[in-house]
Amino acid sequence: MTPRKEFDHYLDQLHEMLVDMGGRVERALADAMQSLKDMDISLAKKVIATDPDINRLEEQIEELGAKLIVTQQPVAKDLRRILAAFKIASDLERMGDLSLDVAKVTLRLEGQALIKPLIDLPRMAEIVQTMIFESIQSFVQENVDLAYKMAKDDDQVDALYKQITRELFSLMLENPLTISQSMQLSFVGRFIERIADHATNIGESVVYLVTGKRPDLN
Amino acid sequence: MQTTMTSLIEINKLNLYYGSFHALKNVSMRIPEKAITAFIGPSGCGKSTLLRTLNRMNDMIPGTRIEGEISISGTDIYSGSVDVETLRKKVGMVFQQPNPFPKSIYDNIAYGPRLHGIRDRKTLDEIVETSLRSAVLWEEVKDYLKRSAFSLSGGQQQRLCIARALAVNPDILLMDEATSALDPISTLKIEELVQELKNRYTIVMVTHNMHQAARVSNQTVFFLNGEVVEYDETEKLFSNPSDQRTEDYISGRFG
Repeated sequence: MTPRKEFDHYLDQLHEMLVDMGGRVERALADAMQSLKDMDISLAKKVIATDPDINRLEEQIEELGAKLIVTQQPVAKDLRRILAAFKIASDLERMGDLSLDVAKVTLRLEGQALIKPLIDLPRMAEIVQTMIFESIQSFVQENVDLAYKMAKDDDQVDALYKQITRELFSLMLENPLTISQSMQLSFVGRFIERIADHATNIGESVVYLVTGKRPDLN
Repeated sequence: MQTTMTSLIEINKLNLYYGSFHALKNVSMRIPEKAITAFIGPSGCGKSTLLRTLNRMNDMIPGTRIEGEISISGTDIYSGSVDVETLRKKVGMVFQQPNPFPKSIYDNIAYGPRLHGIRDRKTLDEIVETSLRSAVLWEEVKDYLKRSAFSLSGGQQQRLCIARALAVNPDILLMDEATSALDPISTLKIEELVQELKNRYTIVMVTHNMHQAARVSNQTVFFLNGEVVEYDETEKLFSNPSDQRTEDYISGRFG
């Protein structure tokens, strides 16, 4: 095996680990939201139990990236690819943590009836899941257009978040007994909104990888 | 490449032939003064050839033909009125293998100044000390100046050769793979020395070690088949090159 072949092999491995991590985060968010919607405690616990796997993937990506920097001394796009992988892995790890935070809200609300059927929060989560998928796809395909398109969806997420907090605020005004749960649900909105911001960060990493320039997609 | 620095060397539409072999093709560039410019590229790309044109070392190779212009400080170095010995005094060179003369450390440094007519012992002493200090060798050899230069290690010998080049007060220092025969510690010492020297001299280095070019130089020129493919700030060239061939070479996809 020539050195370059080995290098390419490890870069592919780095790719695969990021795709794996992205898939796990997407699933964690979907499950966390489902657990909240259905008040499914065991599903929430499953999300919490799988978070260490996501964290471990971030560590493995960092280890492999560091190994490649030391052994291959990458330059130009190779170097940007590894730097982008570090950044993306760190974003995905935070997204995993925030999904876990959503699942924790399910546990906190255990035994309570929801003050309202959840419509907008699941909608928001669905858009963000698509953003996660597209951010990883834009990385895999090195597709700058897709990164920009994905980042645009963040506007919808922000609009939904505002709408949700407004709605919960009026519920709290109407009935102080809902304050505790309303606060928890508005946290969920905040968690999902943060996940979307991390997805746009991934888009920025993709643009950096492809062009060497650092845009602001947020 | 846009540069705000003053250029010392200007190369204009340079073509060089070894017999029928076209070794340099239409090369034009400006090399800024008091900076380090690195030439990189695969074997046979013309980088050493271009380096050797800067002090007319190629004159010694039979069948060499040159078209175009190279000027240093505004003087066309290939014009008939240029004295090659004076040119080489102004444009010093260090080679891949350290090549001290079979003389003492002192006499190696004093050789050039003596050749240029300096006989006064005190002046020579001063030149030897200043040159050895500039090459960061003084502290290691000051008590052994009468010893043979061959008693020094490879890295010390190379620094001695740099000191010898500096002794005749050049403007430009050409380094042709000057560290490729040295161990990593000696290489590091030369690299640090070169960083010091760039404040006073214009340095042009040929290196096969791309990471050395990235570490040491201010500008990098990438050559391929006798042509300049890309010339840019080193940081830019190694982080985001403009030409795919540069990217492929520095990433190890060929060469």
